[in-house]
Amino acid sequence: MLLSRAFQPVSMLLLLVPYTLAVTAGLLGTSAGNRNFGIVFVWIVWWAVLMVLLVPGLGRAWCTVCPIPAPGEWMQRRGIIGGVVKLRGMGLRWPRRFRNMWVQNAGFLIMALFSTVILTRPSVSAAVIVGLTGVAVGMSLLFEKRTFCKYVCPVGGFIGLYSMVAPIELRVRDAQVCVEHRSKDCITGNENGYGCPWMVYPGKLGRNLDCGLCTECLKTCTMDNVVINLRRPGADLAQPVPGKRIDEAFKALIMLACSIIYPAVLFGPWATIKEWAAIDSFGGWLIYAVGFLTATVVVVPGLYWLAVARGHRRSSSNLTVRRAFNEYSHALIPLGLAAWIAFSVGFALTNGSYALAAISDPLGWGWNLFGTRDVAWTPYLSGAMPFIQAAILVSGLFFSLRTSLKVGLRRDPSGATTVQTTTPIAAFLLAATLILLWMYLG
Amino acid sequence: MSQQDPTPTSRRPIHAGRVGLLLLVLAVLLVPVPTSHTPRTHHITIDASQFEYSPSRLAINQGDTVHVTLASSDVVHGFFLDGYEIEHRVEPGISQEFTFVADRTGKFHYRCSVTCGPLHPFMIGELVVGPNELVWRASGLAIIAVGAMLAGARQRRSV
Repeated sequence: MLLSRAFQPVSMLLLLVPYTLAVTAGLLGTSAGNRNFGIVFVWIVWWAVLMVLLVPGLGRAWCTVCPIPAPGEWMQRRGIIGGVVKLRGMGLRWPRRFRNMWVQNAGFLIMALFSTVILTRPSVSAAVIVGLTGVAVGMSLLFEKRTFCKYVCPVGGFIGLYSMVAPIELRVRDAQVCVEHRSKDCITGNENGYGCPWMVYPGKLGRNLDCGLCTECLKTCTMDNVVINLRRPGADLAQPVPGKRIDEAFKALIMLACSIIYPAVLFGPWATIKEWAAIDSFGGWLIYAVGFLTATVVVVPGLYWLAVARGHRRSSSNLTVRRAFNEYSHALIPLGLAAWIAFSVGFALTNGSYALAAISDPLGWGWNLFGTRDVAWTPYLSGAMPFIQAAILVSGLFFSLRTSLKVGLRRDPSGATTVQTTTPIAAFLLAATLILLWMYLG
Repeated sequence: MSQQDPTPTSRRPIHAGRVGLLLLVLAVLLVPVPTSHTPRTHHITIDASQFEYSPSRLAINQGDTVHVTLASSDVVHGFFLDGYEIEHRVEPGISQEFTFVADRTGKFHYRCSVTCGPLHPFMIGELVVGPNELVWRASGLAIIAVGAMLAGARQRRSV
């Protein structure tokens, strides 16, 4: 199935149906978010499926089927399924200085600043989805291949980061086969498929972060050397972080900070903060925005930097603190993902029953297509939820600690300074976990 | 033949550590928290308005009886108490009264169950029924995880 040229475009086409319905409902349907298909299916159903099932279970599988880049990609390819053709568009290369996650980090923060409005106002939610699609189409005309997905998409950034936890990977069987294979069809493409749309050379692919799971290399590899493996969850996290850039570490820190702020703002009992976040007044939102950005970009990364620096001082390593900051950022990923799963599980099980009404009456106009319009709101597992969230968070901490120790042992295989270097990082992870536990349970 | 296998003796501290860790985890999870609280009755008026409850956080003890007078000061609101599955609807000017015994400990959200505006899904208050064992036990597990991980690394190094 994965080798069929129809697999990816047909999946995208199928998802364009709920996508179109979500946008239509957002623009034309009821303004009551919990009765509007656009809000219920995007921010309750899709979000929960993404964060609870797809990312931890299948990594970047969502990027395989995401409909947002589909129109742009089909314009480049001059068709939806069809044969492999020369790509249309200007094919410009993305500027070198932006070939990192900073644009994605900025995009995510901008969306996060307005997230309370986005996930409660159907028209705003629809405008954001249409806007992202417009940017994706525009970039497909200007830039080569999936430049939007790789460097700009604010969702793709954190999906890629957390996909490193997933128990599946696309890799080559034998890297030496790739070295010796001169035609490099996975890069250039051939009659069976396009050269990697994510501009990745599979022969050197070491982490899920970089691979969009588009399956083109499975089709183009004439050596049958590309495979999808089952593996130990989180196997990528023990790999070194390539380069000296700290954009990836910042992505992990921003996501962890947001996973703490979101439940406080949305699930907490503080109505004033909710009103600020929902832009009831510009002054209130400004206070919220300054606080949010200070916490996500300054306070949490600053505290983590201090933790890494303190441990680094006691190590025998001759690497810089910046490099250590980067290397240990993998330890933030399991806890960050666990925090997002705890958030998403709580939100989805509490509000998931709205989906039954919304599917029968997607626009909130009184239709009753499947006879479920009047199904009453019912929170599921409300009594068990704190236990579920506690288990998820403590498990996330456990895997983060393991990762930090593995990174420490990789940097100092003798283990002589591992405890000293990782203790401050463990303290940082513990503090984040305790804050999350007290927010959900305390 | 005379050479002895060093593994059993060198692993002994690790096994002892694991047993100790298991006992510690079981203690944190299972040891009952002693309480000497005499149950009492609380009369609480909760005012619902877009998109908040006042008071937004209540703290009581297990076994207490809670008599709630629920009022709305703007539009129709609902009240659903997680974990207790208590649900009521309140219209402006017509208060609702109900009573329940707080027999389950922990933190429980009370949330609006009648669509009341854009922030409706986030109209939430908190009821904390003490002793809130779950948060202490979960925090204890988190601290043990850190301690065990670091102690394990230290032990592995010394072995």
